[in-house]
Amino acid sequence: MTIDVASVSHQIPLSRTASASHQVRLSRRLFSAAGWIAAGSALVFLSALMVWILGVVFIRGFGALAPSLFTTVTQGNGGGLLNAIEGTAVLSLGALLLAVPFGVAAGTYVSECRFSRWASVIRFLADVFVGVPSIVLGYFGYVTMVEWLGWKFSVAAGSIILAMICLPYICRTTELALGQVSNDLREAAYALGASDRRVIMKICLPAALPGVLTGILLALAISVGETAPLLYTAGWSNYLWDGSLTHSPIGYLTYAIYTFINEPFASANALAYAAALLVTGFVLLINVVARFVLGQVRH
Amino acid sequence: MALLEVDESATYAPLGRVTSNVRCVQQSLEYKFQTMKFRTWLASIAGVLPASLMAVVLFLAVYAWPAIRFNGVRFAFENTWNLGNLYADPITIAGTQIQPGAHYGILFLIVGTLLSTLLALLLAVPVGVGAAMFLAEKVDARLRTWISLFVELLAAIPSVVLGLWGYAVLIPFLAHYLFPLLTHTIGYVIPIFGGPSGSGYGLFTSSFVLAMMIVPLITATVRDALVAQPAPLRESALALGATGFETTYHVLLPNTRKVLIGATFLALGRALGETMAVLMVSGNALNYLPHNIYDPISTMAAFIVSQLDSALQDPTGMAVRTLAEIALILCIISIIVNALARLVLQLWSGYAQRPRLAV
Repeated sequence: MTIDVASVSHQIPLSRTASASHQVRLSRRLFSAAGWIAAGSALVFLSALMVWILGVVFIRGFGALAPSLFTTVTQGNGGGLLNAIEGTAVLSLGALLLAVPFGVAAGTYVSECRFSRWASVIRFLADVFVGVPSIVLGYFGYVTMVEWLGWKFSVAAGSIILAMICLPYICRTTELALGQVSNDLREAAYALGASDRRVIMKICLPAALPGVLTGILLALAISVGETAPLLYTAGWSNYLWDGSLTHSPIGYLTYAIYTFINEPFASANALAYAAALLVTGFVLLINVVARFVLGQVRH
Repeated sequence: MALLEVDESATYAPLGRVTSNVRCVQQSLEYKFQTMKFRTWLASIAGVLPASLMAVVLFLAVYAWPAIRFNGVRFAFENTWNLGNLYADPITIAGTQIQPGAHYGILFLIVGTLLSTLLALLLAVPVGVGAAMFLAEKVDARLRTWISLFVELLAAIPSVVLGLWGYAVLIPFLAHYLFPLLTHTIGYVIPIFGGPSGSGYGLFTSSFVLAMMIVPLITATVRDALVAQPAPLRESALALGATGFETTYHVLLPNTRKVLIGATFLALGRALGETMAVLMVSGNALNYLPHNIYDPISTMAAFIVSQLDSALQDPTGMAVRTLAEIALILCIISIIVNALARLVLQLWSGYAQRPRLAV
């Protein structure tokens, strides 16, 4: 006896199962499609915002750029940005000068002595410190240095506060960079009888140098983009820096953005957009470079 | 991934054990002494970090102490920021010199800070998670790198530049198009969307700008967690007949819950302390509680900047000390929030959080 394949298969009402499963599948498909559309549009929305901001900053910024910006100082509601550019450079470099030795040392300690309790305390506090609002540090600087020590608005107060903001970042990026150094290198060095200091100073840090330098650049980007903590520590000045560390305020680019956009003069607004272009361009450039060097782009 | 994480379980000998492990090498006392000296030296330099954090809290507390004593607990529950009569002679109350009529209460700041932060999270979390899901599952790995970078750079833009954009571009757009539209549609149904649509400066605008700053943090963390989900999980869900979206939404995403909570705490901390952008778009309300999402607000961080100039007019210094009290409260809140975030991320979720650069 042969089984009638055709009749057996006909015992299952093909059309009904198909339609039933099709109904379920349709609602699920709709749900899935709607889900992906929502998720995709979230991404498109974010990208569009980014394009919008960059478009505004770059188009209006380039429109406001002129050679005189880099050669003259601010005068009233116009003039140039030379004082602000110089001030930003002085404050940021001063901050790095203070923050780099401590930050790199702390990062080295946290990375190379990672099993000690003190290291985990410092790692944790560095994470917490990153989250302390910069205005709180700025107000601390105002209370202590500007008022109590009587430095007035000054390069020293501004730089020290910026250094405190940079410190935990440098610590963490140094740790990140050292974490990428191969353990074989360390083991080989120890096996040859090298001391801790030799292993760290001559083997690990040189191997991690690109990463450490990038972390420092990143800290530079952060200090160039800061505004709030500088308002009441560095003040503002229309003139070039006179070279004194205390008792003399100094200009910086982010102040120009914040203040001149509120002025009812086209020349002042142009200064704000030009400053925004300089700051944004510099910060974004450093961030892109940093991601490549620290390997966050290469997955 | 392995390259990027600080691997806690690294197998190389930690410094603390090297000297005892390498017994075959005859170590002179001098070697041991040098090692100890170098390590102690490094540890004490690293101590600058905790020391400066302590200094911030300590100095602010000492400076704000007269204000803390004068303002008391009611400080947080009253809605008055009043410097008093600045032309009168200072009077002494309970051993503290103040201007007559001076009275400080920052309820409006607390409400403004909390509302703007919560609204920012409400905006940022769905968008951030959605973008992360799409990036992790639908975008080719090579393209993902570039799109992620582009979107995450949003967090690298200085807040004053976001404030500039908000002031010059976003506020006119919202005030002329979106807010009137919202008022005349869902405004009739939901009260907080109703009422006068205002000038564009206010709660919603602040929250929107804040959301833009914290979205990359959420997207990046959730995306990493999604990509790191084990492949068998994804494959079994698909084998059971789940669609791609169902797999992501019902199977993979719930696994990233703890990471998302940690990232949300981090985002919360960042939004609480954000100053410049909020200062430029919030309308800087004084002694005013918002009735709808268009009303002006002020936050604790922005208030410190906007009020220091006028606080300096108070010859007794009580106003400046009260601002220090606000800074101290903000500092302690952000320390707690960030500590919680790290604990959630590292201990609870077991997610080795790599230090993020732009965020």
